[in-house]
Amino acid sequence: MAVYIHDTHIISPLGFGTRENFEAVVSGKTGIAPVFMNDSIGSVYAARINDEVLDRYFQSIDAMFKGSRIEKLLIAALTPVMAKNGIKENTVLVLSTTKGNIKALENHDLHSAFITQLAQHINNYFGFKTEPLVVSNACVSGVMALSVAKRFIETGGFSDAYVVAVDELSPFVVSGFQSFQAMSSEPCRPYDAQRSGVNLGEAAVAAYVSAENRPDGVLMAGEAHINDANHISGPSRTGEGLLLSIEKAFKEAGITARDIDYISAHGTATLFNDEMEAVAFHRAGIQQVPVNSLKGYFGHTLGASGLLETVLAAESLKNNMLVASLGYESPGTTQPLNIIMKPEKRLLKMVLKTASGFGGSNSAMVLIKN
Amino acid sequence: MYAINKFINIRKDAIFENGTCVYQNEDEGFSAFMKKVYKERGLAYPKFYKMDDLCKLAFMAADLLLEGDNEKDIALLLSNREASLDTDLKHQQTIQDAAAYFPSPSVFVYTLPNITIGEISIRHGLKSESAFFIADRFPAERMQQYAEYLLNSQKAQKVLCGWVHFMNGEYRADFYLVDSRGLLTHTMEHINEITK
Repeated sequence: MAVYIHDTHIISPLGFGTRENFEAVVSGKTGIAPVFMNDSIGSVYAARINDEVLDRYFQSIDAMFKGSRIEKLLIAALTPVMAKNGIKENTVLVLSTTKGNIKALENHDLHSAFITQLAQHINNYFGFKTEPLVVSNACVSGVMALSVAKRFIETGGFSDAYVVAVDELSPFVVSGFQSFQAMSSEPCRPYDAQRSGVNLGEAAVAAYVSAENRPDGVLMAGEAHINDANHISGPSRTGEGLLLSIEKAFKEAGITARDIDYISAHGTATLFNDEMEAVAFHRAGIQQVPVNSLKGYFGHTLGASGLLETVLAAESLKNNMLVASLGYESPGTTQPLNIIMKPEKRLLKMVLKTASGFGGSNSAMVLIKN
Repeated sequence: MYAINKFINIRKDAIFENGTCVYQNEDEGFSAFMKKVYKERGLAYPKFYKMDDLCKLAFMAADLLLEGDNEKDIALLLSNREASLDTDLKHQQTIQDAAAYFPSPSVFVYTLPNITIGEISIRHGLKSESAFFIADRFPAERMQQYAEYLLNSQKAQKVLCGWVHFMNGEYRADFYLVDSRGLLTHTMEHINEITK
């Protein structure tokens, strides 16, 4: 059975809407700027959604709503997509997040920090008739959530799905990445020789997924999620898990390395991640394919990133437009890659989306335009 | 029709293999219990002591379940309700007070529930499919469907399914291995019985 991504919506520092976000990245706009976190952390380069702008936007969605900010982000992402596609008896909500409402811990509100609470609130808000599925698998969660939806639709477990992904910029996560010394003190530079680490960001993204073949649907042709079995916080030096994920995704899609027109990669701008990806792409024989990371526009949005970047990769396909890999100037991996330097119109049919994260997780998904 | 080949239940101070008690401890708390089991089993895996409690629990349940199994294409599907909140609270404590701000990477790395999957994968050399699901209770029906999808589509040869709960000293693990043949049929009835 073929399963497709249909309508999508993005809530990010670059705008509210998939088209707004795609136009912003094509024009080279970034959401990354100095952000003051708190007295302990100080200021960091990060991509944050402005509260006033969000509140104003949310007024038009549900002026009476009294929930948390993260619930507002999820509702804002889902509302327009759900208005178009509705809910059936057996439609499921698939939520991707790494930390949910972790900010609640600052106020000693343990109850609200349970991700099950967040999922249940959103499920009830929209009146889903099934229990939500929640994927929390570090930085590959967003791509994995799409796969989970695809797989359950293929098995007949659900008729269709709303996949929604969110993570907020929080002192919890910023302090942790700082303790890892993984944060860049300037706007991040994926794959560049001068790269020095991650910028964090926040976003909420929704996508409607079903087996219905619509003219503007994007097919999830093959996907896999293979663990490195190597280290819990560092990527494999050989890129083994990512390579296996790519090979298995190609196999399921029935394609070869030569069929891929564009790679939307993970590119966090840490030394080890970007190097690992370059090694894996070489081993997979896709080192010549134009590749970018969108982290230079949005920062790393953790559990949202996989869905955010897949949705924008689908826009690249539909618009036949490659987006530049912001922050990149000169080669910074031992194995050279074909990094996209400027926006470029090009006929695109197939894209590979990849992601990798803590716990040794890797994801690869092949998208094919109708 | 697939089968449940083996199952492990870890409850307060006791471990059961296929329903039979194999370890029993006095009321000494989780850490002491795990240390004892580690020693009795003669494990030589120093990384165990670096793990947070959720990972120790998942590690031990998987170690007992996969003992003697040479298959490497075993998918890992884990689930719980609290994600990594037990360790999240510990990280929050290190950043809550500006005067005593001292976040640690060795704590922070365990603030993701899927680190359990990473630890099991490393221990058993499993370069395989995996996913961590958060749910109010063990999502038996979804686990059954997802496991059979992975087996039917040849994305895995066997599937380890598990509920792994650790929060404020309370713990529970229910792990079972889905295979082409074995002890029990892979039905909802049996899954519910094992994880009830």
